[in-house]
Parts: sequence; C-alpha cells; structure tokens
Amino acid sequence: MPRPGFVLEVDKSTPPTLFWHGEGFRLERLPAGSRVIYAPEPLAALKDPDEAIRHALLNPMGDSKPLPELLFPGMKLTICFDDISLPLPPMRRPDVRQRVIEAVLDLAAEQGVDDVVLVAALALHRRMTDEELRHALGDRVFDAFNPFGLLQQHDAEDPDNLIHLGTTDQGEDVEINKRAATSDLVVYVNINLVAMDGGWKSTATGLASYKSLRHHHNVRTMQHSKSFMDQHRSELHSSNWRMGKVLRDGGVKVFQIETTLNNDTFPDQFSFLQKREWEWSARDRAGFLAVSKSLERTPDRLRRSIFQSIKSPHDITSVQAGEVEAVHEVTTANVYRQQLVEVEGQTDVLTMGLPYICPYNVNSVMNPILVMCLGLGYFFNMYRGKPLVREGGVVIMSHPTPWAFHPVHHPSYIDFFEQVLSDTTDPAELEAKYEEQFATDPWYIHLYRTSYAYHGVHPFYMWYWGAHALQHLGGVIIVGGDPKAVRRLGFKPASTLRDALEMAEDVVGRDPSITHLHNPPILMADVR
Amino acid sequence: MKALLFERKEARFAAARVASVLAGPGRGVRVGPLRIADVDEPELPGPDWVRVRPRLAGICGSDLATIDARSSRYFEPIVSFPFVPGHEVVGELDDGTRVVVQPTLTCAARGIEPACEQCVNGVTNLCERTAFGHLEPGLQTGYCESTGGGWGTALVAHESQLHRVPDGMTDEQAVMVEPAACAVHAASLIPGGDTVVIGAGTLGLLTIAALRHVEEIGGTIIATAKYEEQRRWAKELGADVVVEPDALERAVRAGSHSMRIGGQLTSGVELVIDCVGSEASLRQALQVVKPGCDVVVVGMPGTTTLDLTPLWHREVVLRGSYAYDRQDFALAFELVSKLDLGRLVSATYTLDQYNEAIQHAAEAGRRGAVKIAFDLRNERNR
Repeated sequence: MPRPGFVLEVDKSTPPTLFWHGEGFRLERLPAGSRVIYAPEPLAALKDPDEAIRHALLNPMGDSKPLPELLFPGMKLTICFDDISLPLPPMRRPDVRQRVIEAVLDLAAEQGVDDVVLVAALALHRRMTDEELRHALGDRVFDAFNPFGLLQQHDAEDPDNLIHLGTTDQGEDVEINKRAATSDLVVYVNINLVAMDGGWKSTATGLASYKSLRHHHNVRTMQHSKSFMDQHRSELHSSNWRMGKVLRDGGVKVFQIETTLNNDTFPDQFSFLQKREWEWSARDRAGFLAVSKSLERTPDRLRRSIFQSIKSPHDITSVQAGEVEAVHEVTTANVYRQQLVEVEGQTDVLTMGLPYICPYNVNSVMNPILVMCLGLGYFFNMYRGKPLVREGGVVIMSHPTPWAFHPVHHPSYIDFFEQVLSDTTDPAELEAKYEEQFATDPWYIHLYRTSYAYHGVHPFYMWYWGAHALQHLGGVIIVGGDPKAVRRLGFKPASTLRDALEMAEDVVGRDPSITHLHNPPILMADVR
Repeated sequence: MKALLFERKEARFAAARVASVLAGPGRGVRVGPLRIADVDEPELPGPDWVRVRPRLAGICGSDLATIDARSSRYFEPIVSFPFVPGHEVVGELDDGTRVVVQPTLTCAARGIEPACEQCVNGVTNLCERTAFGHLEPGLQTGYCESTGGGWGTALVAHESQLHRVPDGMTDEQAVMVEPAACAVHAASLIPGGDTVVIGAGTLGLLTIAALRHVEEIGGTIIATAKYEEQRRWAKELGADVVVEPDALERAVRAGSHSMRIGGQLTSGVELVIDCVGSEASLRQALQVVKPGCDVVVVGMPGTTTLDLTPLWHREVVLRGSYAYDRQDFALAFELVSKLDLGRLVSATYTLDQYNEAIQHAAEAGRRGAVKIAFDLRNERNR
C-alpha cells in the first residue's frame, strides 16, 4: 500500500534536502521549522494495461456508446494524440499512446474502417521528429501510417486544413483541425500527467489555430485561473469547456480516452530522487554521490544529452474512455489520488528545485523563459484552494538558468528574450505591445510549419503561464542561476539558498515561514 | 611650440602596425612615428589666415588608425609629413574669440582660382584640389604639414574654416561640433525610414542623434553597440532598439518580418549607416539592408575583402559619407547645444600624457568612455 503524501517539519536532525538544480542537484539545509512537502508514493500499476484499455473502450463512461458501436465501414476516423510534451520524462516503450492506439486500430479493423488518419495534437508546439513519433506510437503503427501520409501533425497555420466552427457565447472563435472536425469520429488519446491535461482542452486546444487559442492563452485568462490545475477555478478550462460545447453542437463527435500514470518517474540509477532523504539507504547515498560527482566532471552538452536520454518507468494506473466530461471527472480524481497532498496554511517563502525538463524542452534546451514557466507557471500553480505561498510572498527557485537556447526549437524565444524582456517583463504590457508581431511573423510561421520550431507566439504563452504568480508574489529569487539571465527575467539572482533566504526577508520580513515543494515526483498541494 | 608630431618613418610605421596587431588598438603609439616635440609654429600662408590656439582637440578613429599604421595607402598623396594631428578642434584667436575649426582644406583655403567644380557647387567636402595650391597636400588640418593641427599649441586656419563658438557653449560642447557635423552630413544623404546604425562609438552615437533630432526620421532606428555605456547613450540619443553586434540580424529580421535564405535576410531596413567601416560591419550591412536600398559608409574603411554578390543581386547602393559642408556645421552647432553633447567628452589629457590618451581613446568603449580629447588650455607657450 503506497504511503500518502507527507509534510515534514524540519528540525536539527533532518538531513539536508535534495533540490533539483537543472541537470544536477543541490543538497540544502533548510532552517529548522521549515516544511517540506513530499508526494504520495507511486500508485500500483494496472496489472494488465492492455486488458484495461480494451475494457475501457468497450465500457465507456457517460452517454457514449462502446467504441465498436461507433465504428462502421466507410467512415472517416481520426485518432488524435498528445504530443512530445507528455509524459515527462518520455516513458519507456511501450508508450501508453502506442498501447491505446493499437487497441483502437484493432477495433477499427474489426469493424472494417479503412479511412483512418492519426494526428499529433501539437497546437502551437514544435513538430515531432520521426524518431519521437516512432517512440510514442511504436514501430507497428508508425510503419503502417507514416509512409502513406496518414500520420499527420496538426498544423495551426494551414488554412486548408482548418475549419471555423463558430463562436462561444462569449465570442471566442472555435477553429480546429479540419480533418478531425469533418470526421465521423475523433478518438483523442490523452496522457493526463497533471490535472490541467485532458477534458475539452485536448481538442479545443490541441487541435486549434492561433485565432482560437488566443482567446484563452492570454494574460487575463491566466490571472483568473487560480489555479489552472484546478479545473473548477480555472478560466483556462472554462473557456475550453465553452469551446467544447461549440464542438459538440457543431457535430464533432469525440470519443475521449484518458490515461493516468503513477509517479514512478526515474529509473533505478536515480532511485534516490524518489525517496525521502532520511530514508536514503547506503546504496541511495552512494548513488547520489556517484551521480553528482560524475555530473560535475561532465561537459554541459554531454550532461544534457545524458538527462534527455532518460526514459521514465511510469506505469499506467487508470484508463477512462467515452464522453469527454464524464471521462475527465474520473481521470482528474485519479490524478489527484496520485498527486494531492494536504497542506495546512500558506507560507511566506516557497522554495523549489527545478529539474532539467519541462513540457517544452524534451530533447532540447531548458532556456530561461522555460525556467520561469516551469517555476512560476507549473510548480506555483500545483495547488488547489489557495496558493502555497501567500500573496506578497517570495518564491525561491534553484536552477542554473543558463543564457542558452535551442536555435531550431525555440527561435522566437531568442528574440523574445533579447527584444521583449529587455523592454518589459510585465505580462500585460508585452502582450499588448509584442504578441501580434511575433504571432504573425512569417519567418516563425515558416519554421513552425516546416522545421521543428515552436510557434512564434509560444514564448508569450510561457510568460503568461506565470502571470498569476507574478501578480501574486512579492519577489522571485533564483539560486545558482546565470545572474545576467536571471535579471533579464526580472528576478533576483542569489549564489546560495542562505543568501536567497536573507534576500527574501527584505520582502516578507524576518523569520518567515518557509515551505519546500519537494520534487520529484510532482505533487499538488491541497492548501487548507 | 609644443606639439605631437607625426613623421614619416617607415620602420616605426611597421612597428606600430605590428604592435597594434599583436597587442591591440592604440598600442602603436608607443613604438610608432608619433612623438612629442618642440617645433616652430606654422607660418600664416596668406592674408586671410589666422592663428588658432587650440583649447580642446579630440582624438578621432581616423587618428587612431593613422597612429596604428592601419590607414589605407590611399591617403599617402593627400597628406604631407611631418604633420601635427588633430582635426576636432575648438581654439581661440589672438583676440580671444573662440572658434571651431572646419578642417577640410578646400580650394578657398588653398588659394585656388578658379575653384574646382565641387567647391563652386558648395560641396566642399568633395574638393578636387586637396593636394594642390599654395599648401602642402593634406585633406584636412591635422594631416597637412603647412597648417599644424589640434594636437599642438598653435595652428593656422583660413577664414573659410572658422566657426565662431556661441556664448554659453562650453569647450567640451564645441569640440564635439566637428564629429557632429560628420554625423549630420551622413544622416542627410539618404532620406531614411527604418534605419540601422552600425557602431556606437562617437560617430555612431552622433549619427543616431542626427537622424533623430536633425533629420527627425519617423522610422525605427536600430543600433548596434558592444558595451553597456554605449547602449545607454544610443538609447538616450534616439535609438529605438539597441542590440549587441551579433544580434543585429535577428533584430532586423524580427522588425522587418523578413525571411532568411542562408545568412541573408530576404528583406531588411531601408538604410544602413555603417559607422565602423570594417569588413565585418560592411558584410553585416549588406546582410540586413533591404533590396534596392542604401548602405552609407561613414566609418573610415581600409582595404577590405568583401563578397559583393548580394550588393549586385539585390541592387544595393553602397555610398560613402565624408566630412561636411558649412551648412552641416551650422546644424551640428544646434544639435550639440540641444542635446548637450559635451557630455560625451569622457576624459581629457595633456599633450605630455599622449600615450595614456591614445590608449584610452582606443579602448574607449570597453572603458565606458566616448570621446577622449587633449586639453591644451593649461599648456605653456599658448
């Protein structure tokens, strides 16, 4: 029986706490009285995931018929799936998408369906490479579809393959992938790594155009999503749900498949990452020392390559299929079951160690904008109820924050960092002044469509992801980051955690309460 | 009189060139042909000439190139040795009147009658007789044996070269008038929309100021600057976007919604003003200029290897900008006063400190400085 999450109060006997620090780690001594939040232990894996998938397809939730009853000869079937941004790190083969899509294809074949297209639901993310697609879908699916042009990647800038289905009651344009929208059935295959994922967001965001996305990927929406991990208090989700209604009313038939994973995130050689420090065995300590020492001597590029090659041992914990909203309700409960930890009260200072990876730098570089997004977008928003840190409080993040970008994946990020952030870091101001210029830049559009680049507007969305935190916080400090890059982000650099805590006292006063969001694995704080 | 004298000594030229290549810009001063000397004051060449006692005399990029023996051999027939350098000069006449010297030695100063076509048309910076007439060859005061230069306690100037300094203008402001006139002239050559200014030394900064405050262009000015202080000045004087040199292509591309083909932007800006004049800056200028538009070279270039294929293929016009005319000087006075450009004078040195002065000027950007000048106000024998 896995143990639930836990809040530790640090005392003199507490060993140092492990902080992620990009492609490395730091052991930090937190002041006595600090709290450390640990995630629940990994939930048990489904014993027979393939059988569980088949069972879900045949026994759908909500008012959906079983999948075989929705399939018929001569129909147009589109299977959409989450892209490279999920899960993190990429999971060992077979990827859950492969398992689910193979099961769907088997049923489709049994029913005589022969017009089937697979679509990677990229939204404005970069295209996946063949290798990445092969990893996600498996050899059988990739080889059966890709050579014939039947494995497609959603292109949010292809006017010939977008269709405007109407507007929501709040005037939001709903424009999505034409192939999907004009199919007899859309099967969407999700990996619900965090509570934000899935639901109507899958189709309304993953298959949308910029024209449609801008209605909820903006500063106002993000500042009114408290948090965007809590569907019921998230304007991001409200907008996607309104769009979902337009899709449904417009005749787009979606069979939703959502899957959850446990938080067994790293392979054996990194087992110490998953454990509470006082429970480290001699083997864990030896592992930590060996990994840390060897990483210190490893050149940056090689270190990045080592980390990016990690494949997670994630196991599948649940599969839900059927009507979108009914499915998503159960899925969200399953995500919470793995991630939610009860926490009493807010804190003055929230500390977090940021890892080498976030949804937007798989096989890539964690640039400073993504550091901001991971810390103030994702980790800050991993709460239900109230933010972990009080209004006017301080977030201290640990990450090297190098002034480094992947030139192929993130070309507009470079310009955003150089041109936009050197002018302003205010989300609303940069949105008003620069978003359109970047979003409509023909070069970025060209690279998004033909290369492996995130859309020109994407760095803005990363910044908006942190807009709620920026509005809420009194200060942000990055420990061990490149001072120049940290200042460009509008944050303060500190060499050590001790320095950072002293600097935080200038904002929140002396003897602040301190809480550390322990990671990995990811968790969500249920703040009372 | 006391002066810094630049003599024709081939061995020292070679030493200066080696020193500047091996040890960096400005290092030629310690081994090259420049030395401090006690020389005779220049004689007045004619009745329309006056003696000027320099008060401040700036150190220009072209002076540094000369001292480091990096100047083109093109200049050899249009200078005369030995000469006293210094063409950015505010000085005073015997009656105490303060003047700025317009250093170009044109037909009027050379006593040439009839004047050449350019001088007749008022385009005196393009005078065709800079090596003729009753003066020794020399395109400007500061390169001519007959006239002396600003780096000495006295020089002679023709009345056509004099601009009276208005009351209330400081010497520091006045010494910036000559380089400001260069900038005013460069900014006026091509009517600009969106403009790139490459380089943020004195000339680059003044060109930005002239574009914004004299030409009052409405387009975006994108400037390149290597150093923090230069970036601050570029912004203050009117640049909209200031980037490090290697970020220029990216900034222009973003601003012009251009595509890329290889290393070349498909579009670009309508005007590039190159205030550096190096191979790298010229290459960059061709990379970011819009097809059919103009590159103006203000920084003094030398012998350069450059692929001109993009110039040919994109019908780009490459145009030089040299010096000024009297109207440019008039506008430069206004510009310097309006923006108080005397603030750009970062440090002054006595003539005896010329090694340090040249070194400082050569490293100005890195050391947070803009204009370095000699201060002759307390020199004896003035």
